[in-house]
Amino acid sequence: MNKLSDYDGPVLEIDKLSISFFTRLREIPAVMDFSVSVQPGEAVGLVGESGCGKSTVALGVMQDLGKNGRIVGGSIKFKGRDLAEMSREELRDIRGNEIAMIYQEPMASLNPAMKIGRQLMEVPMIHEGVSEKEAHARALEVVTDVRLPDPERMLNSYPHQLSGGQQQRIVIAMALMSKPSLLILDEPTTALDVTVEAAVVELVRDLGKKYGTSMLFISHNLGLILETCDRLCVMYSGEAVERGSIADVFDEMQHPYTQALFRSIPLPGADKNAHPLVAIPGNFPLPHERPPGCNFGPRCDYFEAGRCDQGQIQMADVAGNDRHATRCLRYQEIDWNAPIVVGDQTEKTKPGEVVLKIDNLKKYYEVAANALFGGGVKKVVKANETLSFEARESETLAIVGESGCGKSTFAKVLMGLETATEGEILLDGKNIEQTAIEARNTQTVSDVQMVFQNPFDTLNPSMTVGRQIIRALEIFDIGDTDQDRKQRMLELLDLVKLPRAFAERMPRQLSGGQKQRVGIARAFSGGARIVVADEPVSALDVSVQAAVTDLLMEIQRTEKTTLLFISHDLSIVRYLSDRVMVMYLGHVVELGDTDQVFSPPYHPYTEALLSAVPIADTSIEKEHIVLEGDIPSAMDPPSGCPFQTRCRWKGEVAGGLCDQEVPPTRTLEAGHQIKCHLSDEVLERMQPVIKLAAE
Amino acid sequence: MGLFILRRSGVMILTALCLTFIVFSLTNLYPNLEKLAKTQGNFRMTDEAVASWLDKNGYSQPMAVKYGQWLGVLPGWTYDSDDGVTGRCIVGVVTETEAGEFPRFCGILQGDWGHSTVLQKDVSDVVWERLGNTLRLMGWVLLLMVPSALIIGVLAGMREGSVTDRSLSTVSILTTATPEYVSGVVFIAIFTSSTVGLKWFKGSATAATENPTFENFFLPVLTIALYGMGYIARMTRASMTEVMTAQYIRTARLKGVSFPKIVLKHALRNALIAPFTVIMLQFPWLLNGVVIVETLFNYKGFGWILVQAAGNNDIELLLAISVVSVFVVLVTQLISDIGYVFLNPRIRIS
Amino acid sequence: MDPLSWTGKIAFLDPFLFLALGLLAASVAVWVLLSIVLPEDRAINVTAGGASLSSGPRDLATLAVKAALMATTALLLSYLVLGLIMGTGAGIVGAIAQQFLPVWIALVLLFTLSIRYKRRLGLYGKLFDSPIGMIGFGLVMFWVFTGIFGAFDLIITHDPLAQVSGLKNKVPGTALRNPQEGDFQWYLLGGDNLARDVFSRMVKGAWEVVKIAPLATLFAFMVGITLGLPAGYFGGKLDTFLSFLANLILAFPVILLFYLLVTPEIVQTGLPQYMAIVLFAFPLIFFYVLINARYRTQPAKNYLWLAAVLLPMLILYLMVVNEPGSKVNLLPAVLDRIDIPGGILVVFVSVVFVNSPTVFRIVRGLAMDIKTRDYVAAAQTRGERPWYIMLWEVLPNARGPLIVDFCLRIGYTTILLGTLGFFGLGLPPESPDWGSTINEGRKLLAIYLHPALPPAFALLSMVLGLNLLADGLREESLKD
Repeated sequence: MNKLSDYDGPVLEIDKLSISFFTRLREIPAVMDFSVSVQPGEAVGLVGESGCGKSTVALGVMQDLGKNGRIVGGSIKFKGRDLAEMSREELRDIRGNEIAMIYQEPMASLNPAMKIGRQLMEVPMIHEGVSEKEAHARALEVVTDVRLPDPERMLNSYPHQLSGGQQQRIVIAMALMSKPSLLILDEPTTALDVTVEAAVVELVRDLGKKYGTSMLFISHNLGLILETCDRLCVMYSGEAVERGSIADVFDEMQHPYTQALFRSIPLPGADKNAHPLVAIPGNFPLPHERPPGCNFGPRCDYFEAGRCDQGQIQMADVAGNDRHATRCLRYQEIDWNAPIVVGDQTEKTKPGEVVLKIDNLKKYYEVAANALFGGGVKKVVKANETLSFEARESETLAIVGESGCGKSTFAKVLMGLETATEGEILLDGKNIEQTAIEARNTQTVSDVQMVFQNPFDTLNPSMTVGRQIIRALEIFDIGDTDQDRKQRMLELLDLVKLPRAFAERMPRQLSGGQKQRVGIARAFSGGARIVVADEPVSALDVSVQAAVTDLLMEIQRTEKTTLLFISHDLSIVRYLSDRVMVMYLGHVVELGDTDQVFSPPYHPYTEALLSAVPIADTSIEKEHIVLEGDIPSAMDPPSGCPFQTRCRWKGEVAGGLCDQEVPPTRTLEAGHQIKCHLSDEVLERMQPVIKLAAE
Repeated sequence: MGLFILRRSGVMILTALCLTFIVFSLTNLYPNLEKLAKTQGNFRMTDEAVASWLDKNGYSQPMAVKYGQWLGVLPGWTYDSDDGVTGRCIVGVVTETEAGEFPRFCGILQGDWGHSTVLQKDVSDVVWERLGNTLRLMGWVLLLMVPSALIIGVLAGMREGSVTDRSLSTVSILTTATPEYVSGVVFIAIFTSSTVGLKWFKGSATAATENPTFENFFLPVLTIALYGMGYIARMTRASMTEVMTAQYIRTARLKGVSFPKIVLKHALRNALIAPFTVIMLQFPWLLNGVVIVETLFNYKGFGWILVQAAGNNDIELLLAISVVSVFVVLVTQLISDIGYVFLNPRIRIS
Repeated sequence: MDPLSWTGKIAFLDPFLFLALGLLAASVAVWVLLSIVLPEDRAINVTAGGASLSSGPRDLATLAVKAALMATTALLLSYLVLGLIMGTGAGIVGAIAQQFLPVWIALVLLFTLSIRYKRRLGLYGKLFDSPIGMIGFGLVMFWVFTGIFGAFDLIITHDPLAQVSGLKNKVPGTALRNPQEGDFQWYLLGGDNLARDVFSRMVKGAWEVVKIAPLATLFAFMVGITLGLPAGYFGGKLDTFLSFLANLILAFPVILLFYLLVTPEIVQTGLPQYMAIVLFAFPLIFFYVLINARYRTQPAKNYLWLAAVLLPMLILYLMVVNEPGSKVNLLPAVLDRIDIPGGILVVFVSVVFVNSPTVFRIVRGLAMDIKTRDYVAAAQTRGERPWYIMLWEVLPNARGPLIVDFCLRIGYTTILLGTLGFFGLGLPPESPDWGSTINEGRKLLAIYLHPALPPAFALLSMVLGLNLLADGLREESLKD
């Protein structure tokens, strides 16, 4: 059945759409004057920070805005028919049949009490009235299409029996069951690990071509948009600010926000000393506190008072380009090719003495094999396997890995929340691996501190900001009187560039970036010498990430702190770290200088990781390496080399050595360690994954 | 799964032992025994007479020993006097040779529940008969309460904030705020009183033990059911509203599933997992209601004899009642655990 | 004197009230019916200028309900106001309205002040944004004020224990046969089977609830929190053990427990006092740990606070627990200033005892949830001791659900107290508490309705108020 045959205009045409949410107090406009069209077979990206209204657009298309949401202006036409004028029955016919949607949380979007087969079969059974048998056959076919192993068994499982990546493939399969003309993807890979994400993105792209489906791809990640879409639309605070083809927007951007966005993400070539990121000043405006005129005005470098803050600003077409439009009054006056005003360039700091030395550290857990039904069988989970490295004063060591690689366990052992099973942790030459945090002296505790990942969770919601910092000072024995401590607390707020008035605020009155700054101030309150930063910016919006990263770097430079930067994002790691340690399933698979790790020879896992990270730069050429399958569970690791189940180089090692033995750690050159069976010749043959395209 | 049931049963038996021991100790405290001695003997007994009476009837042994005997894991006590031998397992006063013919153990494990001093009958007869009456009452209560509570909860929860939701929620809040002794009194006043005139039902359910009719049995059932119903309905509603805002319901909606089908196929099973446990844990409270209602409507069931036994210091009967009610509660808890696992595939298959 | 009729001179309002009530019932029925019959509006409708007033049958029904409700409220208010002015001239209704005058004044004051300053009052202030919460709070405070003023003999018309000859089982509004000078001349809600004034007993009954229920619930919370936090936070063996104990108590049918615990024989053994020693010690432990955890690093401040808070509490504790002539007699008689009758103590202790395991389970669940948060990890990594984390990091963030449960639990405790009274357990037989009064009244219910119904409706409205209050609080605390 070809549903496209009777219509050949754009599949989706959104024209001057405005959506508002109504609360008891006021109307909150979420989307204003938004237009975009999706042609048949085209993939359009919708990019913006959280709260910019991109998901609301998707729900508006699905006509599912909930009780409080209303379309207050404009129209959404699907194949020429206005969706708002359709009856409920007509809408139901379209949903799942002609328009399908894929969501951010695969686990939450599958019914936990229903077998996957049933959930898939439902779609054709509702829309095409096919028999159960035929629906089953269709489901089997689609599950095979999304490259899931053992489709029969998959159909017969419950969602919780699948891994996150598999669940997302099922959600994709469900969306494709009735071969829709339009597929809406709302941050489909945000909850997944990088290597799994790469595989899912590739799948979506291939299937989109195979089924001829148009796509509306919503993401905050410009790199991902570059890899999947033909055109894109940048949104800021409820409005589309720039719209055009990928090439036009990426290389000839015509809006200050787009430009600022690109300057604040760590692209290859950015460097914390020579080419620091340019953070966007200020904060994202709340929906009911938007400025008059241009929403981006207060944060814009090109702001012109009396002009940019007057009246409604309309989209204007950029002459010469294909359907390229921008919402900027001054786009013709701005010199878009002017060189970046580089921030303060700084000298690379010299690493000092070794402060932290980890030697052969092991951490095993014993867990009951089956939590609920008990039973005597205990399993040993090897969370950390023979970790050895050193960290020097004012050095940044990045620890990179995906979920289950053991980086968080290592942090816990270092902090003293757990004690090591074997091996040593030496802080200034003193063993601390067996000293739990209660037994450590104040000096040791305040020396090793931590910055947490989730800004919404890092501060106690029922204590003022100032009180929380003062408490840390009390615990670390800083200051003799309450007055001293208060003074010191205010200085700490200065240090993280927050106004002193924030001391009296409650955490809920702060934005994510501000909370993260308070978290940093708290970590440094006892004069920490080693700070473990556990993905400190990954939950923040792109434009805020740069500012927080820079702050962290600046404090590190002045305080000569050793920073252990845990992350899965290789772009930011390349930008700020001096040395990099790559972990996989508890093992350190590669360790070396940033340059050594980011250039061949790689460990096969590092290679795949590098290839998986989406980069928002059209001039970069990447080799596509897609890993098969998912990360094995740490409860049940593979035999031999931990990475052997997914390694593409496995064939190069003779005698099935990878299946049998854990490879030894080899030192290649000047401190570059790698844990692999591959011979030197094979390693020599490796090509760089990321290349600048020849101009 | 088998192992799980086995472990839960083990915990259950341990709990039952602890609870019966507590009940046993509380009923066998000295003031209770003293009162027993005085009611069995005469009210003007001296302290010495009380002591010797207790001695003769095996009550002055250590608590643990008495408990063991009552349970039937220790041999029953015997007492030699000039008249002959008396003992826990011995009927009347016998000679020493005759005493040998009686069994040595006679606790509840052997099926010997003792003798009720109030009703002058064997406790086991009383308990089984009255339990039957109460089970009939409970059965009707559950039959009325559970389906209506679930229907109210699901209807209210499927569209949060709608008219149906608001009116049904008001009803369920009202019923949770009305304990049985209030609703029972109001019902009796409205429907049975001779002054108001609506003589639809009978104010007493005494006849219902023999011949239950709608007229004499409906009010007690309604009274118990109403109080529990509001609570279960609110739990169901809460669970249902939570499920209805879940992502997978949105998935289903955007797949084009119609609203009735969403409720029946996607939401219902997930929404019923939480209330199921609640219903089962309602049993201790249900028992509460049974006692109140049986007293209020004079229905001679299990709760009615509980009041009699407790009011008249009938130790053996009270113990038997405790054992049975604790057992009922624990069995429902076990069922609730197993049912929860069964309903929830996340736990069942892992 | 003539007997009073129900509405006296304002009887002309009665037909209007019946009409309004009838309309209200009818309109609500139509409203509900329409909502079932008519399909729901499409969630999205394009209207110029946002939400607009459409005039479908649904909206008409809503309008009708609102109008009927307003009319009924207005009529009820006019009964109240006219009653206040005319007193007994407006019959029983008027007289009762006048008797409650102090309560009305207190309620009006409380509500005006609270609504005026609601933005500064946190969660309590937000309660006044929710109509449901306001109604609930109003009902609760009505009975609280009634209880308090009743305790000062303000509202009652007669001594609740005094029997007046010739008024046995007399209907509401019956006049006293030969009233003394200064006596109130009627039994407003009639007399019970011992010829006592039903109205005064109902008012006094409120005090019985107000003095026990909140305090007992508070103690149950102290116990539940002090045990539930470590069980949830540490887990492991401690949790297994404490949870087993809690389940043990929960598996006990409450009524059986009461029958075993609340008897004169048990009071004789001193068991309630031993239980009181244990249960009442929990607030002491709680505050000790609370202060010590907070000021651990500043010894001087620590001792000051500990002394200031714990000493008075300790003295109070000893005075409460101590009872001359019983097995627990540690203090000399001069110091034992507080004397709690054995009956009340055993009721109090039992109610705390059966409530704590449920609170324990709630707190344990919340602690298990909150301990996974990053701010708890942050506290751990800066070397905070477990009790600080439990009491200052976990507990304050569990307050929302706990406050809601606190309200519900007071209601539940009220019901429990009523049950105890209903079975004649613990409280003295002539006690005016609602449970006992209902129990006495029910015996002659087939003939005389008036002695049992007032306390029944009093209890019902108070518990309903607490439930509505909890609902309002839950709604408002979720909005944040």
